[in-house]
Amino acid sequence: MATRKNPSPDPDQPGRPGDAAVSSAEWLTNEGESCDVVLSSRVRLARNLAGHLFVHRASRDDRERALQTCRDWILGARLCDRIMWVDLHESPQLERNLLVERHLISKQLAKGKPATANGAMSPPSEEPRAVAVSIPDERLSVMVNEEDHLRLQILRAGLSLSDCWARASAADDRLEAGLDYAFSKRLGYLTACPTNVGTGMRMSVMLHLPALKVTGDIEKVKRAAADMNLAVRGFYGEGSDAVGDLYQISNQTTLGKPEGAVLADLQDAIIPEVIQYERHARKSLMGKRRAALEDQVFRALGALRYARLLAADEAMQLLSLVRLGVVLGLIDGLSVQAVNQLFLLVQPAHLQRVLGKEMDQEQRRIGRAALIRERLK
Amino acid sequence: MKCDNCDNEATVRETILRDGSWVEVHFCEECAAKQGIASAGTSLNELLTNFVLPQLTGEPAAKKPRPVKARVPVCPTCGFSFEQFRQSGLLGCPSCYTAFENLLIPLLERAHEGAAQHVGKIPRRQTEAALGKETVEGAKALAELRERLEKEKLLRRQLEDAVKSEQYELAARIRDQIQRLAAQPQETPENG
Repeated sequence: MATRKNPSPDPDQPGRPGDAAVSSAEWLTNEGESCDVVLSSRVRLARNLAGHLFVHRASRDDRERALQTCRDWILGARLCDRIMWVDLHESPQLERNLLVERHLISKQLAKGKPATANGAMSPPSEEPRAVAVSIPDERLSVMVNEEDHLRLQILRAGLSLSDCWARASAADDRLEAGLDYAFSKRLGYLTACPTNVGTGMRMSVMLHLPALKVTGDIEKVKRAAADMNLAVRGFYGEGSDAVGDLYQISNQTTLGKPEGAVLADLQDAIIPEVIQYERHARKSLMGKRRAALEDQVFRALGALRYARLLAADEAMQLLSLVRLGVVLGLIDGLSVQAVNQLFLLVQPAHLQRVLGKEMDQEQRRIGRAALIRERLK
Repeated sequence: MKCDNCDNEATVRETILRDGSWVEVHFCEECAAKQGIASAGTSLNELLTNFVLPQLTGEPAAKKPRPVKARVPVCPTCGFSFEQFRQSGLLGCPSCYTAFENLLIPLLERAHEGAAQHVGKIPRRQTEAALGKETVEGAKALAELRERLEKEKLLRRQLEDAVKSEQYELAARIRDQIQRLAAQPQETPENG
């Protein structure tokens, strides 16, 4: 069943403030494997329509045509039980930011991008583009007219890359049955940027690595990842800082290596090693520097419980320490998922959605501190 | 004639502006690509009449070479130039990959650990089309692909064992083997 509606559930549902805004996303409500370290796993596939210009070159009319073709098929392809379609060129900025914060669309898609060629004279935010999201689980999303015509994504809790890949590939098969993909035998799936050509696949895992940050070994992880042609990025992907000690590790090579090999490398070898490394660092902190660690964790909890003004990055950093305290058993009565959800709720768009009004930065800092106080009571 | 840059046979001739005057340069395809001079845009016909035939018959090259601005290859399908790609990092349309193939391959190899051959998923339609039209080649290509994947699977298992038993040097060697295997060119490199 396909619905077109606002991208987030009804904020007036009963429950604690903010519950409705986050509770439905599966990656935030489930624990998932290795959830002490891994927040989520994601597989995304980049695909383009044969016989169409790539999006950045396409005029408004071209984009509209590509969008139409994709919409008809995506809504008919039975990718999941219920799918929500959001025309981003018609939705307000706050809604678009909400989708970015939920990792359902990229910042680039939220902003829109004017065509580099002639044509398109309208503001970038009015360029035809959309996203389809499976509801209520938000496991699957398909961005239309991002850098590529289609960017299919599966997002799940914990370390679950093989499941993500299986689902992404199955959804891809369904899309391919009705859409003519640009593909070459030699170079695979043809993408606007040659760094994605081949499989068009990016697998990434969101990791919480506070202990490696404290011990300084995070730099070793970054170097090792670079040696293995993996990218290490922050919470919101390309160009974002690792706020809250959250890091995304993803493959960069998309040519000459089958998807299964990338999967095996990440899921069975590299990520488990990073997880072990982080757990080891946590254990050693608990052993050698327990008092200092406890002090940091409880100061963070105290600040979150009593602060009256909180910026997003500061809140993320404090939440990171609280999350560490929860998984190490130092803090009782708080679940990992509750902290994960707070990571999301303190983001500007979510905060405004939860509190039900648009706010400037100063008001947000006040509102953020109040919301966290309420949730950590 | 030899390439100005190396010992290979020159196949690309270009007139370029150097230090204020037009000079004729000769490159092999590879060096031309490195210099940013298109060989892709030169048709076989043009090559024959302007370069190969005069060489064979001893006649001077078809009149004086036109002073050409360093020629930029353009995709015949969408009109996007390689220069525009350099600036934006994005190609114009799927056909750009064919139009700029010679120039793109070295870039792709650099970006993808030396590989310039897709070995992953193939859209079902493409597989069916290949089996329908070119049953023999299609089946052969698939068999080769399958064999290669099997080989890779085996190597990966060995790699896992080596890592488990902490034989890191062995593991590194196996990893290299896997990478070499992935970088091998396939027998059917035409674009579909």
